[in-house]
Amino acid sequence: MSLQDIHIRVADAHTVGSLDAILNEIASRLHDFVDTGATSLIDLKSLPFSAEEYEGLRATLGRGEVTARLDSIGDSEIYETRFPGVWWVTHYNVEGDIVADLIEIASVPAIVHSQPEDIYVGLARLRQTLTSVRGEPVEP
Amino acid sequence: MDAQELLIWVRGTGLQIAAAVFVLGMSYRMLHLLLIGRKKSLAEARGSEWAGGLRTMWQRNFVLPRLSPRGRFTFVAGYVFHLGFFVTLFFLSQHIALFRAVFGFGWPALPRGAIDISAVLALAAMVALLAHRLVDPVKRLLSDYQDYLTWALSFLPLLTGFMLLREIAFEYVTLLTLHIASVELLLIAAPFTNLAHMFSTFISRWYNGAVMGFKGIQT
Amino acid sequence: MKEHETLEQRLGEQGVSRRAFLKFCAALATMMALPPSSAGAIAAALSQAKRPSVIWLSFQECTGCTESLTRSHSPTLESLIFDMISLDYHHTLQAASGHAAEQARDEAMKAFYGKYLLLVDGSIPLKDGGVYSTIAGRTNLDMLEEAAKGAAAIVAVGSCAAFGGLPNAQPNPTGAVAVSDIVRDKPIVNISGCPPIPSVITGVLAHYLTFGELPALDELGRPKAFYGETIHDRCYRRPFYDQGKFAKTFDDEGARNGWCLYELGCKGPTTHNACATTKWNGGAGFPIEAGHGCIGCSEPKFWDAGSFYTPLSAPAADVAAVAQVSMIAGAGAAVAMGALDRAKKQKLQQSREKLTVADLKGD
Repeated sequence: MSLQDIHIRVADAHTVGSLDAILNEIASRLHDFVDTGATSLIDLKSLPFSAEEYEGLRATLGRGEVTARLDSIGDSEIYETRFPGVWWVTHYNVEGDIVADLIEIASVPAIVHSQPEDIYVGLARLRQTLTSVRGEPVEP
Repeated sequence: MDAQELLIWVRGTGLQIAAAVFVLGMSYRMLHLLLIGRKKSLAEARGSEWAGGLRTMWQRNFVLPRLSPRGRFTFVAGYVFHLGFFVTLFFLSQHIALFRAVFGFGWPALPRGAIDISAVLALAAMVALLAHRLVDPVKRLLSDYQDYLTWALSFLPLLTGFMLLREIAFEYVTLLTLHIASVELLLIAAPFTNLAHMFSTFISRWYNGAVMGFKGIQT
Repeated sequence: MKEHETLEQRLGEQGVSRRAFLKFCAALATMMALPPSSAGAIAAALSQAKRPSVIWLSFQECTGCTESLTRSHSPTLESLIFDMISLDYHHTLQAASGHAAEQARDEAMKAFYGKYLLLVDGSIPLKDGGVYSTIAGRTNLDMLEEAAKGAAAIVAVGSCAAFGGLPNAQPNPTGAVAVSDIVRDKPIVNISGCPPIPSVITGVLAHYLTFGELPALDELGRPKAFYGETIHDRCYRRPFYDQGKFAKTFDDEGARNGWCLYELGCKGPTTHNACATTKWNGGAGFPIEAGHGCIGCSEPKFWDAGSFYTPLSAPAADVAAVAQVSMIAGAGAAVAMGALDRAKKQKLQQSREKLTVADLKGD
């Protein structure tokens, strides 16, 4: 007997109703962003989705033009959906488990921006590199 | 005692107490009523007691056209309440699960939409009946504290049950506890108040009919 | 013992970028069930956070809570948090044993008096002087009272420590009680569940680390962020409850259609926990997704709430037997009273004097 012999059917996903709710929420936040420029985040892990609805949300939002990959303490996948301004941000740990799953309403997700602290450290490193290349200090 | 312990109590010990009072009180009252018996009639009557009794039991359901406007309102609202109450009590899936657990058998439930309608009708009819009782001078004069008490005891289970299914105002635990507790109060009060009509009403209808249908001399 | 440094210093030493730190904080916000926008505030607070000493005491328990935590499926995140605490005593996890282990506890208690976090799993037996559970010859009660004195706060991990749990179930042969029944003068957070969700344990630790205080608690001392809503409120099968569609057995049409498990005894409506959203085993699912109702393990007295398979609307005790006895008693009383009535009537009839013409005439 194979798994297919067990007659398990999953009731229609649309009956659960969370998909409509989240899409409305996204639309309302996107409207606010257009009006006031207020960015916002939705934590998908805090919402009760059935597996079908989660897939339904992926299918509905689709994929847009931009995809970014972040590689720090595990991967992060960041892409714009086919609705500009609506981004899907998924953080993984090094083992590949999802540790945060977010919808971000912004022109660019905050995590993509270079951080001032990192830029500062990076600048120092760049100067150090130049020093070692030229063998003399560079004026700031 | 926290909310969970309270719920465990009303689902356990509380329910046992209520069931004991209700069953003991009702079985005593009804059997005692029947055991009073009727004196054997020595004269032969023209009519039949049983035919008259049974006819009245049935016909009292259809007295509407012969009533005054006040009576008609009470009659219609009373029927709406009773039917709504029975449908809600016996055909909500959760209630059938209760009967199945206690009696060992169940029956198919009505869809939630139908139960919602029956519960709302029963609630509306009760509110209308109370308003009428308070506004109508004759009914107000005829009412005593027990009429208001039994109104409240019947209204509360319907109201808390309605709130429970929608989680209105309180948490599920609280509403479930209140709902069960309100039913327990109803069960405990029933044998000692006019709520006992839930068993005696047809007996008394039969008796009325039997007296009328006798058509003879009582010895 | 090493002086406890701030997290920012530790992460800097490890070469973790600010962006990685922000990612970590976003994950923490999710874990703590805080709004995702609070990641910035978490980052700011964590940069200054000191690494606290933690003493973990295990009493009348099954080690399921520790298993839950150490088997958790997002190891980097949880290990990062574990990196952020200094676990100075945990008799299952620590390498030291015997006198050395007890000495480690004594030293940590002395060095960080008033500052350490005390984690407790398991209930505390009080009957017969607490002899039913002892460690190194000392009763759990004795050890808890001593450790509680110098604790900044206490975290009761699991339903046994939080509410008494299984050992406390009727008839409670060891007189088991919860931590909060013994310690009354310290802030206590109850992380109930049998076992609790691992990320809820770490979420509370993260909250304490981040903000230096315990999270907001409900009336049973549980963090509202995780126990604020019922399983039922967040259940993906909830619409079926609202529609009145219930599975009647575990293998009927309704069960196959994924309908509501209320009538199979699901305690979701009265159970507060984060299972329906946080889920178990790295987000794989939670009991209801596997087709079994919630047993209510994060609520007090869940072992004494009747069968796991009795619907919430059905009695938790035997009502039918009570009703049968009452019926017999009621009928018996009615028959007895009926007989008494009849006897009285007969007696009255016998003693009745017949009315005669003479009586009517009077004299």
